[in-house]
Amino acid sequence: MDIDLITNVLYAMIRTGTPLLIVALGEMVCEKSGVLNLGQEGMMLMGAVIGFIATLLSGNVWLGFICAMLAGVLMSQLFAVIALGLSANQVATGLALTIFGTGLSAFIGSDYVGKPIDGLGVIAIPVLSDIPIIGKMLFAQDLIVYFSFGLFAAVYWFFRSSRTGLVVKAVGENPHAANAIGLPVMRTRYLAVAFGGAMAGLAGGYLSLAYTPLWAENMTAGRGWIALALVVFATWRAERVLLGAYLFGLASILHLVAQGLGFAVSPNLLAMLPYIATILVLVMLSRNSGRSKLYTPASLGKPFHASS
Amino acid sequence: MKKPALKKLLTGLVAGLGLAATLSVQAADQMKVGFVYVGPIGDHGWSYQHDQGRLAVEKHFGDKVKTTYVENVPEGADAERVIRNLAKTGHKLIFTTSFGFMNPTLKVAKQFPRVTFEHATGYKQAKNVGTYISNTYEGRYVAGFVAAKVTKSNKIGYIASFPIPEVIRDINAVQMALNKYNPEAELKIIWVNSWFDPGKEADAANAMIDQGVDVILQHTDSPAAMQAANRRGVYAVGQASDMQHFGPKAHVMSVVNEWAPFYINRVQQVMDGTWKSEDHWGGMAEGEIVIPEFTNVPADVAEEAQSLIDAISAGKLHPFAGPIKNQKGELKVAEGEILEHGEMAGMNWFIEGVSSEIPK
Repeated sequence: MDIDLITNVLYAMIRTGTPLLIVALGEMVCEKSGVLNLGQEGMMLMGAVIGFIATLLSGNVWLGFICAMLAGVLMSQLFAVIALGLSANQVATGLALTIFGTGLSAFIGSDYVGKPIDGLGVIAIPVLSDIPIIGKMLFAQDLIVYFSFGLFAAVYWFFRSSRTGLVVKAVGENPHAANAIGLPVMRTRYLAVAFGGAMAGLAGGYLSLAYTPLWAENMTAGRGWIALALVVFATWRAERVLLGAYLFGLASILHLVAQGLGFAVSPNLLAMLPYIATILVLVMLSRNSGRSKLYTPASLGKPFHASS
Repeated sequence: MKKPALKKLLTGLVAGLGLAATLSVQAADQMKVGFVYVGPIGDHGWSYQHDQGRLAVEKHFGDKVKTTYVENVPEGADAERVIRNLAKTGHKLIFTTSFGFMNPTLKVAKQFPRVTFEHATGYKQAKNVGTYISNTYEGRYVAGFVAAKVTKSNKIGYIASFPIPEVIRDINAVQMALNKYNPEAELKIIWVNSWFDPGKEADAANAMIDQGVDVILQHTDSPAAMQAANRRGVYAVGQASDMQHFGPKAHVMSVVNEWAPFYINRVQQVMDGTWKSEDHWGGMAEGEIVIPEFTNVPADVAEEAQSLIDAISAGKLHPFAGPIKNQKGELKVAEGEILEHGEMAGMNWFIEGVSSEIPK
């Protein structure tokens, strides 16, 4: 491997990891508040299709991203009304949201298949992007990638140092106690779900507007599910979500690069690499189950009603 | 008054159970034709083209035919359920359009001897199961020729899905052209283990471009690789449908599958009662493989490519004309002979010149 190739692999690692990172951070905030939303795939697809249509019609990619996020929020609030407002089973509601989003996005997008758009361009930061090896990976990306760096920092700070972050955690740990001391349990959960939806929508928009600027049915190809698994394996810690997302990105790029270089390893084995590597590393990191439990939201997936 | 409501409810229930097919009730003289797709019809590739064929059938026969399609059907146990459901609901002719539907199709066909099945790209027939395939290798051979001529780095990339005969055969067809027109060129193959994953296909394209590839061919279904090629300023060949507008600067040609003539023909045969189980191969001569346009290639290359198409259509040129050796150098097809369709159907070896191995 020469320097150029390493530079490009690292660059691709960030790009591949970015949609996963954005969804997973959104879902992490949502789960920290005690709500398990399995509808990521559906929200991503809705974000992807709405973002694509908005961009195609308006010619403005930023309007596309805003619409993608709004679509994600709308979908997530549909989930919230049923799962939180009506205290329905969160797992079932989330699954239904994925099925619904997959179908609805295909329906809405059927007239937009095969239409090309320009997509989001890359903004290379002068000087910094010329640093060997890591320059391209960190400083020659598009704005959504830069945003995802900021998003990670914000979520990390939010749970580590902010008062609101503490409120979200309290609501996710013990909603009854939180309610008793006067914290707005339901409002917190609605907002956390909305944030998760906005991030899923944004990640979907990233796929259809920047990563592969096109709309095709089911184009997320399971990334929402991978992000969900990442949150669990990362034991609800932002820095491990980041690690997991990029590790997954790296391994999925390596399995393609290795084939191109002519490694005589079965591509089927290589294709498993991203999953195995990510699970292995994150499981090893969280092998201390006592400590890991500390980070797991205790009331995850349990409905809450103030009177009960 | 109650009955229609009940019917509606039941239909709704069936649809709600995850079956995307619309099971509506209709007049008895209409023939019902079912289509099973592996991908979404919105993939703008393989499944999209099959659906164009289905629409052509509807247009051609009008009220006489009612078509149903089920998309996104995984190759496996689920496929059997979907196919059986179509057979159960009165479909007289069912097209199953992916290699992995082979065994499920045969299994269901045994249980429904009066229903006719046509399975695409497979090699097993039965009394009521015919197979059909398009000679994509003819298009790939021309693609291989164009790639051989336009490459500057002599590295040609091939995004492959799964190591099945259809994919292996098409890689071989490209290599046949490379062996003849540019033996220096190296074919880099990346298996992505998927028919449809735009992100992964784009990643594969980028990974190859990073390694110096300047022409990309693909046997996967989304236009993502074409787009990636366009962004990075290299050439690409479109797959299954015309992908020109996804890569105005990158597109050299597309190998387009036209299923309409075949589908209309088979529906007519079943209607007339003249259908027989066959192994149908259709290519450029039958109008089932079409190369609409050459773009971004020098005029002389386009001209020569067109003459190849004419020669293949006229039966004067065969992409798999001997002598053909396998990777070990053993002679598989002697000089003056061609690789027969029977051999091609189960082709599980690379020809001489392909540098990588078939994954096991």
